[in-house]
Amino acid sequence: MDLRQKRYVDTVVLSPAGRIDHSSSEAFKAALAPYMARCAEGQDRVILDFAGVEYISSVGLRVLMLASKQAKAQRGSLGVAALQPAVREIFDISRFTMVLDVFPSVREGLARLSPEALTAFDAA
Amino acid sequence: MPPDDRLKIKFWGTRGSIPVAMTSAEVRRKLIAALTHASGRRFETPEQAADFLDREVDFAGSHTFGGNSSCVEIITGQPDYVLCDLGSGARVFGNEVLATRGPSGQRFHAFMSHVHWDHIMGFPFFMPAYSPGNHIRIYGCHGDLEEAFRGQHAAPSFPVDFSGLSASIEFVRLEPEREYEIAGLRVRPKLQRHGGDSYGYRFQRGDKVVVYSTDAEHKQDDIAEIKAFAEFFRDADLVIFDSQYSLAEATSIKEDWGHSSNVVGLELCQMAGAKRLCLYHHEPVSDDERIAALLAETRRLEEITRADRRVEILAAYDGMEIAL
Repeated sequence: MDLRQKRYVDTVVLSPAGRIDHSSSEAFKAALAPYMARCAEGQDRVILDFAGVEYISSVGLRVLMLASKQAKAQRGSLGVAALQPAVREIFDISRFTMVLDVFPSVREGLARLSPEALTAFDAA
Repeated sequence: MPPDDRLKIKFWGTRGSIPVAMTSAEVRRKLIAALTHASGRRFETPEQAADFLDREVDFAGSHTFGGNSSCVEIITGQPDYVLCDLGSGARVFGNEVLATRGPSGQRFHAFMSHVHWDHIMGFPFFMPAYSPGNHIRIYGCHGDLEEAFRGQHAAPSFPVDFSGLSASIEFVRLEPEREYEIAGLRVRPKLQRHGGDSYGYRFQRGDKVVVYSTDAEHKQDDIAEIKAFAEFFRDADLVIFDSQYSLAEATSIKEDWGHSSNVVGLELCQMAGAKRLCLYHHEPVSDDERIAALLAETRRLEEITRADRRVEILAAYDGMEIAL
């Protein structure tokens, strides 16, 4: 899976697209891995911009859970932002909104995770 | 298949892990809500009151999902009784049999998912076991099936030793992935992921299929396992599925606790082309409103993820019957 990425100071915004299900979850996991390796205290913060994600199944949510566990273990910060309405419902029903940091927009995610990154985002 | 030969399913116990009872405060809360809703209306007959409840009060306001632990009856239209698991719901079932068919002369076939306590705890209170002339066959794939049943009757846990039961009781060891013909049903057990293992059962009679799959955890990234379960559920008329946890719980703090979620149940049924998914083995801390909300959310999830075929979503409650 191709992950578009943009950096704002210490925060990387990654933009997956399409469906994250059994046929694409392994590729999503692999594409995410190098960014999650650096999602640690004193290194990068990561925001997943889900505006282009149309559907996520349980296996895709499991990838997010594993990424979240990795970030916590590394004292890093991971957020998911800009869910489409149907994907937001899937997050709510699966209770993933209770275990992941979910933000209405990338901007609001940056505001929470890194004021410096927000300044860079607003200036871009 | 003649009409009286249709498969029917009756749920005698639907709660996971431990039986629960509604508290007096919960009963009072439902009554106050229903009476407030009915404010000013007069009901001349019990039927009018029942009609009001059915039409104007939702399920959680007028009923309860109930609190007995796992026990499901498969009604085949034949004289023999067929059960899945012997949790505390088996006590209520046994009393119903005594009331309707008398104390002896009955044959029972019970298929055990596993022998954790909530799945066997009804047997010491299963009155037909105390009557000579009844015949009980208990089927399962665990090597310690008989030992577990005898153990819960032994001192100091219970006052009546297993040897004191008057019915004829047999234990029958089954092999997973093998097909059997038992009590007019084609039966196939399948190994499931659970502490100490559990087994699901696929039952078929004529062209009707029901799958009983409780106390099973599914790892979504184990593609081979997911495909195998989709095959096990293939074209089922009904899948009775352990949905005790939310997906978030099942993949985080309760990972490896051996249970699954409504989300995974729906995905498997969609992959399998199953007609109905029945949420089962309800979390003991969930009240009626919480289970009703889980049902509504799962129906909504089915709507927004539906491809070509609808899966009907149900939530089991003690006493619920489904004709297939």
